[in-house]
Amino acid sequence: MRGFAHVYRRTHINTDEIIPARYLNTDDEVQLARHVMEDIDPDFVKRVKPGNFIVAADDFGCGSSREHAIWALRGAGIKAVIANSFARIFFRNAINNGFLAIECRGIADKVSDGDELEIALRDGIINNLSRNEHYRFTPIPDFALKIMEAGGLLNHIKEGSKFSSG
Amino acid sequence: MTITEKILAAHCDRGQVRPGELIEAEIDVIMCNDVTTPPAISMLVERGMDRVFDPDRIVVTPDHFVPNKDIKSAQLAKRLRNWVNRHGIRNYYEVGTHGICHAILPEQGHVLPGTTVICGDSHTCTHGALGAFATGVGSTDLAAAIYSGRLWFKVPESIKFVINGNLQEGVYSKDIILQIIDRIGVDGALYKAMEFTGPTIENLSVEARMTITNMAVEAGAKSGIVPADDRTIEYVRARTDRDFQIFHSDQDAEYAQIVEIDVSDLEPIVAFPHLPSNGHPISEIEEIKIDQAYLGSCTNGRIEDLRVAARILKGRRVAPGVRMIVVPATTRVWRQALQEGLLEVFSEAGCAISTPTCGACLGGYMGILAEGERCISSTNRNFVGRMGHPESEVYLASPATVAASAIKGTITDPREFL
Ligand code: SF4
Repeated sequence: MRGFAHVYRRTHINTDEIIPARYLNTDDEVQLARHVMEDIDPDFVKRVKPGNFIVAADDFGCGSSREHAIWALRGAGIKAVIANSFARIFFRNAINNGFLAIECRGIADKVSDGDELEIALRDGIINNLSRNEHYRFTPIPDFALKIMEAGGLLNHIKEGSKFSSG
Repeated sequence: MTITEKILAAHCDRGQVRPGELIEAEIDVIMCNDVTTPPAISMLVERGMDRVFDPDRIVVTPDHFVPNKDIKSAQLAKRLRNWVNRHGIRNYYEVGTHGICHAILPEQGHVLPGTTVICGDSHTCTHGALGAFATGVGSTDLAAAIYSGRLWFKVPESIKFVINGNLQEGVYSKDIILQIIDRIGVDGALYKAMEFTGPTIENLSVEARMTITNMAVEAGAKSGIVPADDRTIEYVRARTDRDFQIFHSDQDAEYAQIVEIDVSDLEPIVAFPHLPSNGHPISEIEEIKIDQAYLGSCTNGRIEDLRVAARILKGRRVAPGVRMIVVPATTRVWRQALQEGLLEVFSEAGCAISTPTCGACLGGYMGILAEGERCISSTNRNFVGRMGHPESEVYLASPATVAASAIKGTITDPREFL
């Protein structure tokens, strides 16, 4: 999977910034996408193109549990968020939606705005095609890959699958 | 094992679990509100999975945007109500009996020690104050739990907090949690369970404990928990006669970290914009003018909070140029405040009093801030734009500090009025 990066080096970007509460009176991805990242980067919606990635620093997606944050990003065409680390609920929501959230220590300082990246999911490697660099990321757990392949948690459950013997 | 590990083990038919293990746990209580539940319902309906595994384990109250703030929120509330009717969900708190979900759930006896509680809201960790495992999830998780009664979890590591010392007058549980978050940071407990113990915690009321567990997520935690004791049992028994099991951490339980804090000298703390971890002791704060004072939310909108604020406001007036907004967290709190004469105190002091709602806590309505405005608030988050315009500012503090500041028009030490 290849895409161009939008880089945010600030830590603790929260879900209120990804999609402000004033737009939570809808759950429509297209409507949400019109306001994605509005309070941190008002021009983002004009620059973002389908297939782009977001690269961020520590604790991306902290704060409210709103899954709207994922839907707004996906609605805007974002294919993956790669961050130094994620807040818990955001990461969980990403897995459950089959949306790629990749934890890659130190990535925010290595990538520049506009760099073209290639994610080799199974190998656990991100190739920075613009700089000819390679970064290793925390492998995505098996169960999470299964959920993604099913197209999200609900489809996975519908298929009657379980995660563990427990 | 820790109390958290024991509760999770008991809910996945295993004798033991270890941090990092992936489990599928039974969910005892699923709390549903008007923002994250309608999308969950749609997801189920779209996939032909419109089923509720056990209507009696689901509790529903619209809270964020009710009474409906606009047409879109009215549509959300309607979708929620239709679903409740379709599945015969009895635990539904319609406007008029409603309240902020994390306040109404324990108040109405739905939370029991030793149980698992989820809600599509990050402050679900509040319910850990009763010795339950409670954690916030998104709409997909919510849908999965509604459908199957189970949910996947990674067993969290725990951090144990041992709180010692007597609180000075004018210092409250809000100040303790703001101090803790200031110390460990907004990701200081990322993915972990925060276990609050020690004599100070034991001396707090169950309501005051809820203020602490409420803000566990502001340190990045998955959950916050206070082991159940006699006070918890008394609180729960006054509300329900259902059985429950109490768990305690073993003497040799393993923790990722143990943090000891002495609060004997703790002052009122104010968290400056734009992170809950920007705590400042009140004596070190220079003059900061405010435009609004907000008393409410799942953090500090319960009856004890209203009593504390009313005690300070009694016979005094809100400063000219300041708007003070009081939002009792639930209908029962509202009525009790009426009966105790608190609403009269607030009204005479010049406060506006609202029906229960999340309202301005998340920038919904009922007290939105304009550009450049400042609010001192008893809520739990002060992110950019949280209560309104991206250029507005939120300062987090205890109900006492909120009331004292409203009187002076600047951020003020509540001890001046006690
Ligand atoms: S009162 Fe505020 S923090 Fe609590 S549930 Fe409502 S919006 Fe969230």
